[in-house]
Amino acid sequence: MFYRTSGQFKTTYESDQALFPIKQDMFLLVVILAIMYAIFPMFASEFTYKALLVPVLIYSLASLGLNILTGYAGQLSLGTAGFMGVGAYACYKITTIFPEMNIIIALFLSGFFSAAVGVAFGLPSLRIKGFYLAIATLASQFFLVWLFEKWAWLYNYNASGAIEVRTMDIFGLVVTGPTASPMVQYYFVLGIVSVVTFAMINVTRGRYGRTWKAVRDMDIAAELVGINLMRAKLSAFAVSSYIVGIAGALMVFFWKGAAEPNLFDIPMSFQIVFIAIIGGLGSVMGNFLGAILIVALPVVLGLLPELLGLTIGSATMEHVNVMVVGSLIIMFLIVEPHGLARFWALIREKLIIWPFPH
Amino acid sequence: METLYSVFIDPFVQMFELPDFFLQVLWEGLVSGVLYSLIALGFVLIFKSSRIFNFAQGIMVVFAALSLVGLHSFLVPFVGNEFVAAAIAMPLTLGIMYALAMGVERMVLRPLVGQPDIILFMATIGITMFLIGFGEFVFGGENKVMITEALGIPTGSIEFEPFGGFLLLEEKDVFAVVMAIVLVVSLLVFLNKSAMGRAIRALGDDHTAALSVGISLSTIWVLVWFIAGVIALATGIVWGARAGVSFALEVIAYKALPVLMLGGLESVSGAIIGGIAIGLLEKIFEIYWGQPLFGGNTETWFAFIFALIVLLFRPQGLFGEKIIERV
Repeated sequence: MFYRTSGQFKTTYESDQALFPIKQDMFLLVVILAIMYAIFPMFASEFTYKALLVPVLIYSLASLGLNILTGYAGQLSLGTAGFMGVGAYACYKITTIFPEMNIIIALFLSGFFSAAVGVAFGLPSLRIKGFYLAIATLASQFFLVWLFEKWAWLYNYNASGAIEVRTMDIFGLVVTGPTASPMVQYYFVLGIVSVVTFAMINVTRGRYGRTWKAVRDMDIAAELVGINLMRAKLSAFAVSSYIVGIAGALMVFFWKGAAEPNLFDIPMSFQIVFIAIIGGLGSVMGNFLGAILIVALPVVLGLLPELLGLTIGSATMEHVNVMVVGSLIIMFLIVEPHGLARFWALIREKLIIWPFPH
Repeated sequence: METLYSVFIDPFVQMFELPDFFLQVLWEGLVSGVLYSLIALGFVLIFKSSRIFNFAQGIMVVFAALSLVGLHSFLVPFVGNEFVAAAIAMPLTLGIMYALAMGVERMVLRPLVGQPDIILFMATIGITMFLIGFGEFVFGGENKVMITEALGIPTGSIEFEPFGGFLLLEEKDVFAVVMAIVLVVSLLVFLNKSAMGRAIRALGDDHTAALSVGISLSTIWVLVWFIAGVIALATGIVWGARAGVSFALEVIAYKALPVLMLGGLESVSGAIIGGIAIGLLEKIFEIYWGQPLFGGNTETWFAFIFALIVLLFRPQGLFGEKIIERV
């Protein structure tokens, strides 16, 4: 009733290719953005920002980057956390070498470093496919983490071996460092995530996105119709690592405040792969749904016994938590292997033809 | 010039000047290589028969070792004798691994039949997380000592004096190598001579054809996961005897991955040769190049980079089947 295509006629090519061919999608987006920008900040406490909202956004962004590579271009990568680390360390070095630089510019610049590293480690993808490639990307994961530890220049020869974010401001508003207010940081992250997401929706619809999908579906066939495989695969690696790098920099600068090399170790890579898969490969929205599930679920589960009045040791809770998340992942894979985004697509389809079943 | 010397000449000079130390390095490399091979073998068996890249192999090693140690310490007060307790704990652990194989087949693999490879791969990571949580929940997260003596594993050491030098072989390392050889040989005999083994290989060749001649998919899957569990238990025992039983053991699973790249995902012999090659090379690289030139700890990535370089020339691994692609 309320979600219909009837009456919305497409009379031009422009309207057929519009970002939101159905009016209600537009309304939905406006509602979501209004909630994110206006409603949440009204109620959120500091804990909610630090433990739920900001992490979900950052993980969504990282997963979006991975989804470009795995979901759109079909190259399975297990080295996401390593590339996030490159972004974070690059941003750290940029802000120490040019202390006057605006943090926004530094963020977007640091993405280029992770993109370059991503392309370098993407080169094997021209020869290797499938699981062999997945293991090959693990090489970048282990090598990069080792490099973060051993190359003292990266962390300014700190005795602790960790990078710490100093206080920085944009036009007088403190955005990073211990004194920054979580709400400001939330808005900052939200703004960047919105911009990148909007750009990526368009890129994946455009020429490059279609090239990637062709390569994903059958690379030999794509090559036969004249797609330059090398350019397609490497551009996917570059764009993907660029976004992932920004996510890494955001994570350290606007959430954690400090980072040790082992933050970027393999469990985080897997977590991001999970978000992309549970959310739905080859979908932009899926990343957000997946991140809400994977990042927020353990936090909520951790709070649960307290709400129910049970007293369970935090260590025990941690173990049960890991167990529950593991089995939920398996359950989700069994119920809907195409991810949460597919659920939404199904609901949408049903709504359009409702009340008729076909 | 100095760097060139330290990269290309000095390591070899050292190898010749201290041949006994070089032999010691080779031996250490061989032992860890044999263990890598064992883990890689577990991967290969499951991949061959079901096209599943079983990421949980590493945690199965930890889980098996933990179950053994946990059951043993639980049983000792009842039986009163270390050795008897070990003798009871051993078959019980095997039973747990069989139950695990059954559970995985029934609850994870069966509902996911026919899904894309990556989904099944993710499911095995889900299994990994579940086992980590479950293992820590039941047995606790702290480091445990492998019941080396109760199992009758020798703990002394053998000394040699080759070239007038000094070479020390730990007896438990010798035991590890011997056990690995026995395990591999019996596995090969099983795969090549027994009806069940032939069924596993038939499934590896062609699923549909194997099903059509009456090979039961679920029986074979349970069997294969059980064999992988037995291999995991064996690996857990010998590795636990070297380094203690804890969840840190899981990282050795990552070490098996470059072995798989090198040897090919489907090749049993590739897993064995690749494992030993990587064990030897990473030890030699670490001692003669890594520590003097790169500040050490190169073992975390050397195997991966090495396998990557090999793959650039042979994309299907050294022993993998040649991939022929058609549109």
